[in-house]
Amino acid sequence: MTMNNQGRPSQAGHAEILDLPTISGDRGLDHEEPLIFEIGREGHCGVDLPNVQLSESRLGGQRRRGPIGLPGLSEPEVIRHYVRLSRMNYAIDAGLYPLGSCTMKHNPRLNEKMARLPGFGDLHPLAPQSTTQGALELISELMTWLTTLTGMPAVAMSPKAGAHGELCGLLAIRAAIEARGEKRNRILVPESAHGTNPATAAFAGFVIDEVKGTADGRVDMVELEGKLGPDVAAIMLTNPNTCGLFERDIRHMADATHKAGAYFYCDGANFNAIAGRVRPGDLGIDAMHINLHKTFSTPHGGGGPGAGPVVLSAALAPFAPLPLLVHDANGFRLIEDRAQITDGARPFGRMCAFHGQMGMFVRALSYMLSHGRDGVRQASEDAVLSANYILHSLKDVMSAPFGDGPCMHEALFDDSFLAGTGVTTLDFAKAMIDEGYHPMTMYFPLVVHGAMLIEPTESESKESLDRFIHVLRELALEAKAGKKVRFDGAPRLAPRRRLDETAAARKPVLRWKKKELPQAAE
Amino acid sequence: MLAKIGVGSVDALFKDVPQAAVVPLSAFDLPDTQGELEVDRKLTRMAARNTAAGAAPFFCGTGAYKHHVPAAVDHLIQRSEFLTSYTPYQPEIPQGTLQYMFEFQTQVALLTGMEVANASLYDGSTATTEAVLMAQRITKRPKAILSGGLHPHYAETVETVAGLHGVIARAPVTPGKAEDIAALIDDKTACIVVQSPDVFGLIRDLKPLAAAAHAKGALLIAVVTEVVSLGLLEAPGFQDADIVACEGQSIGNGLNFGGPYVGLFATKEKYLRQMPGRLCGETADASGKRGYVLTLSTREQHIRREKATSNICTNSGLCCLAFTIHLSLLGEEGLTRLARINHAKASSLADKLAAVKGVRLVTPAFFNEFTVKLSRPAADVVDMLAKRGIIAGVPASRLLPHDPSVKDLLIVAATETTTDEDADALARALAEVL
Repeated sequence: MTMNNQGRPSQAGHAEILDLPTISGDRGLDHEEPLIFEIGREGHCGVDLPNVQLSESRLGGQRRRGPIGLPGLSEPEVIRHYVRLSRMNYAIDAGLYPLGSCTMKHNPRLNEKMARLPGFGDLHPLAPQSTTQGALELISELMTWLTTLTGMPAVAMSPKAGAHGELCGLLAIRAAIEARGEKRNRILVPESAHGTNPATAAFAGFVIDEVKGTADGRVDMVELEGKLGPDVAAIMLTNPNTCGLFERDIRHMADATHKAGAYFYCDGANFNAIAGRVRPGDLGIDAMHINLHKTFSTPHGGGGPGAGPVVLSAALAPFAPLPLLVHDANGFRLIEDRAQITDGARPFGRMCAFHGQMGMFVRALSYMLSHGRDGVRQASEDAVLSANYILHSLKDVMSAPFGDGPCMHEALFDDSFLAGTGVTTLDFAKAMIDEGYHPMTMYFPLVVHGAMLIEPTESESKESLDRFIHVLRELALEAKAGKKVRFDGAPRLAPRRRLDETAAARKPVLRWKKKELPQAAE
Repeated sequence: MLAKIGVGSVDALFKDVPQAAVVPLSAFDLPDTQGELEVDRKLTRMAARNTAAGAAPFFCGTGAYKHHVPAAVDHLIQRSEFLTSYTPYQPEIPQGTLQYMFEFQTQVALLTGMEVANASLYDGSTATTEAVLMAQRITKRPKAILSGGLHPHYAETVETVAGLHGVIARAPVTPGKAEDIAALIDDKTACIVVQSPDVFGLIRDLKPLAAAAHAKGALLIAVVTEVVSLGLLEAPGFQDADIVACEGQSIGNGLNFGGPYVGLFATKEKYLRQMPGRLCGETADASGKRGYVLTLSTREQHIRREKATSNICTNSGLCCLAFTIHLSLLGEEGLTRLARINHAKASSLADKLAAVKGVRLVTPAFFNEFTVKLSRPAADVVDMLAKRGIIAGVPASRLLPHDPSVKDLLIVAATETTTDEDADALARALAEVL
């Protein structure tokens, strides 16, 4: 063994030690971490608050009688715990995150800084409006960006997520139909739609009628026209669609929908492919939600919070929900009640308390101002370029169900290239984890078998895409060559192996419980 | 890259887009790209046009509260691994997210005194709406009766969405008093919805309401908009509520001009499969190690599509994490102390204000928020005090503009952030304008 002059070994040790179980159960930087309830104990506290004794209280006899059961931890314990948990997560900041339909693009940190300015982050929603003019101005400016980019006359800002935006759009459609004195209860939803579309339509009290797709991954216009009728309230279409393709007949679809007296709802989840280049308003759309957490890069945060403003056509604009924002000689003002309306607006109701996801509005506007109209367009083009580069770099070893494309911002593959290999889409995706990548979206859309939907976004460099492509190509070639070793039981190198989801659902354990002490004999 | 694709330009990739729909950049009347410094400067100026809650004596509540959030919370939620990860659908590599969701569910169940809780909804108002829909599903009855003390924005949200599936009735608004909501329950009633402390700050006794509801086959939905109150008040679960919906903003989350916030949702185990929203469950991996997964997703839209219990596709991830971290820092001792301080501050403020001529305390039992009746319209008083640099509270007319009976009522909140000087300043200013 080579030693340095202090007698310290200067060469790497033996590889076999990798397989030796450790004494602690941790492995180097990979720590196992118990629950806070298993770390904490009574009497400890991570904050410094004085102990005020209440000599008299005005609690109406409703004072708590027993303990809550929360554990006590010190600040260093809490910080170490959550830092350790964080290290078990994959993140965009740590690697390419190719989840199709989810748009995992870079989240610029300026946006985080702006959202934390006290004038936005420490502002009460019902503070006197004379003291919140800057916040209302910000909302107004974001509204201008959204209506201008989409070519639509109005926007409802309060929906808190994409699915909430869908609901808002459908409720506006329902109100518009009722205002015409009509009753229409059917909504046409293509089979490739996100699950939220039929769920929202049902939630809003409509009956769902599914429209089949064509062999080239688009809506079947003949079937659609056949289904349009006097009981159809709306069609809900995602464009670009969930196969990553632009619906070429969209203008025709809009005309047919309008001719039948129905409205055209567009799921704007994929607006990031066309922003700055195509205005949905020019395509005949009546309502479209915009996921600020996708197109405009507000962070996904492990599953929220999002924001889903809905742009509305002139036909639907009068029915936008409360609150409404107006600007007059006295500045900006929120209309929060029907009693305050003077211009004939007929809001269908209210989507939530207060005025929407302000924290997300600040981040989205910060992104828009930074990018500008030119940068927004460039981002769309780069996202589409990256997806097509992936499609064309992998189509010879994986299987692209809709040919050479072009696709829009995401590239769809099916599992026919795995036929006969014994490797499934799930195995293939899980093997990517061992290679240091988050899997792509799997088994969605439902219209192709064993779907793998890859959305690289504009954030990745060509070098990053090439490394990713190389890994996927090698995996595909190994699978086809019958080398199953990387796929069986993958992942092996993640913080956890495959988890038993069936057991979790069969006997749900949804919270920690104190181990019960053995009962004393009576 | 274009060569690999086999096209000459990016434009060729957009060939499926009808050419008539492609517009030039000049079609967008918007600015071009700007540097970080310029954007920072512009937005900082915009923010400076607002009066932050920390910049003035400040007394607004009604569903959003100014609390001190320990510095550790914001530091931790900004870690890349939390901030820039997606919904944990591939459980092997977001165990961090899944484990805090499991901790959150446990904390919420403990705090509300319920058996199970989900991994959060958008906010308190949407959680309340989901609770009403769930009660309609469980009882197969159409009617929900909303207490007059339910935050009016919550009531309007419930009417808008749950009204599609049934009938929403609203009990009369009786500031400072409990309406007789039990008398309104009939055999069509799915649930009564009662907020405590209510929007005027009044603490309600839920136990007799639960008994009255159950006697007629209806459910009690308890709503809490100030969760810090649960550090001092009896949990709704111990008063036999069937579903509890809360706004969790007070713990871990800033005011943010109304959002994003975090909705807490808890219920009895027997109603678990009717519960909306994401759920995290404990399981084991292939090597036998404990781990966590999203579970019972057969209730959810991505599996069940139109048959789902709700169209919800997201929780309030990062806000839920902030809540979990702050509550972990507080623990039993910290939350109890925090709640006591809040009550003591509000109690002292109430005494100071009640001593001012033209001010009468309307709410007899309260936690950290109460209502006072002024000798002139509260909205005018709030505007006058805003000009003097005091954010005096929320005039009830802001929430109920069509109800002339509440125009003199001012809803005032005090928290651990309220100083004695703040309280004195408010009392003095009120004495001057009334």
